[in-house]
Amino acid sequence: MSGYYLSILEGAALTVAVSLASLVVAVALGLLGAAAKLSRRPVLVGSATVYTTLIRGVPELVLMLLVFYGGTIGLIHLLESLGLNADVDINPFTAGVLTIGFIYGAYMTETFRGAILSIPKGQMEAAWAFGMSRPQTFWRITLPQMVRYALPGFTNNWLVLIKTTALVSLIGLHEMTYRAKQASAATREPFVFFLFAAALFLAYTSVSLWLLRKVNARYSLGTKKVQL
Amino acid sequence: MNWEVFADPATLSLYWEGLLTTLGLLLSSLVVGGLLALLLALALTSQVPMLRWAAGAYTYCIRGTPLLIQVYLIYYGLAQLEWIQARWDDIWPWTMFKDAFFCALLAFAMNNAGYTAEMLAGAIRETSAGEIEAAQAMGMGRWQRLRRIVLPSALRRTLPAYSNEVVMMLHSTSLASTVPAMLDLTAAASRIYSDFYLPFEAYLFAAAIYLCITFTLVGTFKLLEKRYLAYLAPRRH
Repeated sequence: MSGYYLSILEGAALTVAVSLASLVVAVALGLLGAAAKLSRRPVLVGSATVYTTLIRGVPELVLMLLVFYGGTIGLIHLLESLGLNADVDINPFTAGVLTIGFIYGAYMTETFRGAILSIPKGQMEAAWAFGMSRPQTFWRITLPQMVRYALPGFTNNWLVLIKTTALVSLIGLHEMTYRAKQASAATREPFVFFLFAAALFLAYTSVSLWLLRKVNARYSLGTKKVQL
Repeated sequence: MNWEVFADPATLSLYWEGLLTTLGLLLSSLVVGGLLALLLALALTSQVPMLRWAAGAYTYCIRGTPLLIQVYLIYYGLAQLEWIQARWDDIWPWTMFKDAFFCALLAFAMNNAGYTAEMLAGAIRETSAGEIEAAQAMGMGRWQRLRRIVLPSALRRTLPAYSNEVVMMLHSTSLASTVPAMLDLTAAASRIYSDFYLPFEAYLFAAAIYLCITFTLVGTFKLLEKRYLAYLAPRRH
């Protein structure tokens, strides 16, 4: 019996790996998306808007199935048209990370865009007046200040992202939820195993929340708190 | 790309059936979840510490765990409990646990209630003190204040956040497809995929329908906000 619990715990490591890898993709896409939305080029603004609108209008599960099953067939067709012998299997880890990263990139885009807009314009103008280039301004001025404004939205997105990783079990990745389902099918005791997986997720989200609160406190040091 | 399958009435009627299930699930879980959320929000803002604590623990657990696991817990998990097994053959409320639609509805409504209750409680807490003092000065009791002053304004102020929650709920109903014996829009797409091996077309078609529903919902809420939050908008010249 305890073997099943151990197996679920092993799956927890995979859940953490999937969520962190997706976060990296999402943050990268979010920064690119925010940069595109704030640029003055209509093509960039337009494509970023289409990206965030479409992604946020379709269920995560449908997108994931589309990428996993559709992506496999798309790759096979692509390889065949190149004259290669096609025998591809998209790994569920990669498909999951790419889809979740792609979805939450859209949410991060909006969070980051709002955060950048919240920074007083004078900050960037001062940086340009000092002769900093645009990348220098971003790394030295915008990014450190943006963290504070982006953290509340980022925290929400991260918590939702963690919970979305449970969906990767549906495309066959052996993470927590998948193993809990296997264990419950084998032992006919679904209640305890799903409860165990739920408790692990709760622990993961609680620890994240606690850590992000610490980060938030660190980045809000210079701000004045006012009681209404 | 091969879209010929979608000219077949059988395919379209499958999607139509799925669409009806999805909309039915969405609507019923919003109604049940909304009522539950109202009770929970009152508990969250009550003066009884025990009630506050219990409601807080509920929303914390619901919001900290994936909906997929909640669905599994109710659909597969509850069936394991002997207490329910003993009852679900003939004693009324428990017979419903044999119905897949009811199990999905229960999971979605409980989940929706957890998120909505926190929003509503936030709006109730933010009711301006002056309004409540004025109501007290008029001699209204606690329930009268709640019914006439606090709730009408709090419900309105929750609208913008609630529209996001409704869209999230629409997307959540796609998890009904993970339960066998449920044919929602996503399950319909999965069936077309496995029957014809057309993943791109099948899921894209479903995604397009979801997108249309999302836009309709967002548009409706914009109209509602215009109507019910007009008094909070800046005055126009």
